[in-house]
Amino acid sequence: MPARRSVRIAPLGDAALLVELGQRVDTALNTRALAVAAALGRRRDVREAVPGYASVAVHYDPEQVTYRGLAAAIHKLVDAKPSPGPRGRLHRIPVTYDGPDLMATASQLGLSVHEVVRLHSEPTYRCFAIGFAPGWAYLGPLPEALRLPRRRVPRTHVPPGSVAMAELLTGVYPLPTPGGWHLIGRTPVQMFLPQSDPPSLLRTGDRVKFFAT
Amino acid sequence: MELGPVLRVEEPGMFTTIQDLGRPGRRSAGVPPGGALDRFALSAANLLVGNTEGAACLECALSGPTLLALRSCLIAVTGAEFGATLNGQDLPSWTSVFLSEGDRLAFAGRRWGGRAYLAVGGGLAADRWLGSASTYLLVGRGGVHGRALKARDVLAAAGPALHPSVAGRDLSEQLRPPYSADPELAAIEGPHLRLLAPASRRVLFRQPWTVSRDSDRMGYRLEGAPLTIKSTELVSFGLAMGCLQVPPSGQPILLMADHQTAGGYPVVACVARCDLPLAAQLLPGEHLHFRLETVEAAQATWRRMRAGLDGLKR
Repeated sequence: MPARRSVRIAPLGDAALLVELGQRVDTALNTRALAVAAALGRRRDVREAVPGYASVAVHYDPEQVTYRGLAAAIHKLVDAKPSPGPRGRLHRIPVTYDGPDLMATASQLGLSVHEVVRLHSEPTYRCFAIGFAPGWAYLGPLPEALRLPRRRVPRTHVPPGSVAMAELLTGVYPLPTPGGWHLIGRTPVQMFLPQSDPPSLLRTGDRVKFFAT
Repeated sequence: MELGPVLRVEEPGMFTTIQDLGRPGRRSAGVPPGGALDRFALSAANLLVGNTEGAACLECALSGPTLLALRSCLIAVTGAEFGATLNGQDLPSWTSVFLSEGDRLAFAGRRWGGRAYLAVGGGLAADRWLGSASTYLLVGRGGVHGRALKARDVLAAAGPALHPSVAGRDLSEQLRPPYSADPELAAIEGPHLRLLAPASRRVLFRQPWTVSRDSDRMGYRLEGAPLTIKSTELVSFGLAMGCLQVPPSGQPILLMADHQTAGGYPVVACVARCDLPLAAQLLPGEHLHFRLETVEAAQATWRRMRAGLDGLKR
């Protein structure tokens, strides 16, 4: 079974393991990762199953299951192709495209500012993973014409609400943190929701459409 | 006995925060587990004063606070040895001690280790966020308004204090983690060890690594001869405390309690739970080694350590 051969399971210490379904930023792989995470999250011996782009980090209780036993069960589960959960929610996020890197980004890409704004606000992005900081969502894929490496020198302080992009991804800084992405705009929408549980506006699998204000 | 104010902070110490055993199950929202870096020492402190294992305690980094007892209470100090004193007299560590109103608990200075834990009978009252009292500085939540202690803070007990007859319980040295200034940490092969060049694999497990100045509750950057890694970045995946990431510089990062929940650097090994307390007690400039261990052997060691803690519940 080719699906099984491409799955790698390895320990992440003695109470967690990593299931890798692939190494690409790909909607089909991400959907599978979410389905596997949801199925594993329902097991009593699993404390948390965290989806990545194409993987699931599984935190388990070694008093209830052995590493080998759980890994075997996960291989079976992946082979059985668990059905994907409900489609992610769609968020429309307003952006004021006036970020400090907007002009420089446009000239580096050989585009006008207007084209950068149009290209960035055109697609409906997928949230492939949450991480880096609470509420930080990795959104993508970015149109080919917008892809740039990260800034050579990261900023030590990026204000929350900054809309940024780098490589094939875009996102919104949820908190004041350091950051190496290109800042092209800002939004008043809060990505980190400390009063909510989960405290993140976006979840893996959600979709995001930016619109210019 | 009534609840309410129990200790007043006269001096906060270098970096003293309220911690417990962490924030469960919110990694999918990007929230790290947090909690005590040395979970064994925190659990032991709590059990010595008759608390549940995960009650809120003080985690004192590098130096201890000076605290005034506003009423009688039972306490225990575990973890690093910072020279605890009660009204100027040496205070035994890893032992429950009864404080009377007006007693002054202080720390004379660091002898070894990086983090001491102070439990109070009844547990400390604290801001809770998502199921934990752990202070998480990045978002300013948990503990005392999400920050480190300051002079004049007043700490209250979360529950009823216990009977003074519980004083004098201790955890003998052979039941504590084998703390050392130059520990060898049991590490389990990580998902991406295969990406390390064979020579680098030997370097990883043979050379002493130095904890750099750039080390905190999120993680320790380790210094040594750099590792050569084949693929520098993978698509981001979920991480765990103890993971050893290798960024393109080849200088690994050991993830601690407030770690990023996802990342793309290869994970070549992960320190086992049984030896995370040893890592938790290291300071910048100190050294560590890694020793390859199997999942099963590491779990067995952790179970033996747990049995020592469970003995305190009886």
